[in-house]
Amino acid sequence: MSYFEMTKTVIKSLFSRPATLMYPAKPAKITPLTRGHVTIDPAKCITCRSCQRKCPTQAILVEVKEKTWQIDQMRCVVCDCCVEVCPTKCLTMDTQYPVALTARGGVTKVTVAGPKKKEPVAPTDGAAKPAEKKE
Amino acid sequence: MSNQITVPFGPQHPVLPEPIHLDLVLEDERVVDVIPSIGYVHRGLEKLVEKREYPEYIYVAERICGICSYVHSNTYAECIEHIMKIEVPERAQYLRTIWSEYSRMHSHLLWLGLFADGMGFENLFMNAWKLREHILDDLEATTGGRVIQGVCKVGGVRKDITPEKLDEMVKGLKGMEPALRDLTSVFFNDASVSHRLKGVGVLQKGDAYTLGAVGPTARGSGIGIDLRQTGYAAYGKINFKPVVEQSGDCYGRCAVRAKELFTSIDIIGQCVKKIPEGPVEVKVVGAPDGEYFARAEQPRGEVVHYIKGNGKRNLVRHRVRTPTFTNIPPLVTLLKGCELADVPMIVLSIDPCVGCAER
Repeated sequence: MSYFEMTKTVIKSLFSRPATLMYPAKPAKITPLTRGHVTIDPAKCITCRSCQRKCPTQAILVEVKEKTWQIDQMRCVVCDCCVEVCPTKCLTMDTQYPVALTARGGVTKVTVAGPKKKEPVAPTDGAAKPAEKKE
Repeated sequence: MSNQITVPFGPQHPVLPEPIHLDLVLEDERVVDVIPSIGYVHRGLEKLVEKREYPEYIYVAERICGICSYVHSNTYAECIEHIMKIEVPERAQYLRTIWSEYSRMHSHLLWLGLFADGMGFENLFMNAWKLREHILDDLEATTGGRVIQGVCKVGGVRKDITPEKLDEMVKGLKGMEPALRDLTSVFFNDASVSHRLKGVGVLQKGDAYTLGAVGPTARGSGIGIDLRQTGYAAYGKINFKPVVEQSGDCYGRCAVRAKELFTSIDIIGQCVKKIPEGPVEVKVVGAPDGEYFARAEQPRGEVVHYIKGNGKRNLVRHRVRTPTFTNIPPLVTLLKGCELADVPMIVLSIDPCVGCAER
């Protein structure tokens, strides 16, 4: 049993640099794998709703008719499931943590491109006529 | 005989990181009875299993606890894998073991810090958390998350670690070891710490056994139970001995956790030496049909996950028994007969994780 067991560490700490970062002034430590928040490239989204189905917290809502993609930051647990499942790779994981919310909300709604339309085939007289008949 | 008075302890108390309420019945300064009550942070996670598909539910299961999160996901995955008879690749088993041990180290360092804070040793608290930061950095660099790793999945793991990174991790831990020795020697040898902890809250070996104490609470009382010896993940291929202390007081429980830091470093070193090459996951098709319960050693003790499936993507039942829940009866026994001033240290010594206990 001794009385100055901590002294060695204290002296070491006195003469070494602080272990903490002055956070807002200096950026936080991040790694390439860090899961910060989900971002979307609206031009690539085909509203397939895979991300909505895989989301364990139901944070994502995709409206196919309105062509919108919506994420609720308050529900999202940043598990990376949606990013893994996205067929067009329009979802990406940003390494920066989202800014803390100061009020209820945090819902981000984005209008997306939607499914790619097939190139309209140049109408020929023969093909157009039967279609009209059906109607 | 003096009058009995009841003093409420918690749910909000400076030493408690999480809300647990204890009604302490006092005679003068001595505690004669304790009535614990929980229910402040119940979230109903187990019910959610009926609404989420089993591969995605693992991220919910992981969030049962904010500290031993990795072990929850690992145990849940093992449960499902056992029902569906999935052979997990060996590399994934080793990676799971490495991350389990990292998460144990980060939990123990967190607890050592909080324990020091509880006895008013602020300097020691800061030092423990400074060292914990290195562990969290490695976890973040390999999994992407600091405390919620999200790296375990049914059928394997989601991320692989390169051999260079593995060597670097072992080197980092070896480099940390002298600093850890300095830190733990304060807990073992410092006069003020010993004075505060020795002989306080003694749990006899027989009581620990009959009341169902688990983890460091049981090992501090001389019971050598360590679920890692059952050989889940890759623990079966690793040589280690569970740390057992005979004293049964707060000092013993603290010493178990402090010594386990070095066991973890040793286990990680062995894993890195033995880890084979190969894939880290297998494709999982179908859904679990049947029931199973898996046990694992969390930093706080034994955790049990019970799962029942009926061949559909949504499970029927998920039940978790967490170590803190099991350690509450021993805690009540510990508190009876102690001084009021010792209550905070005794409550902290079982490492209460109330978020876990209530789910």
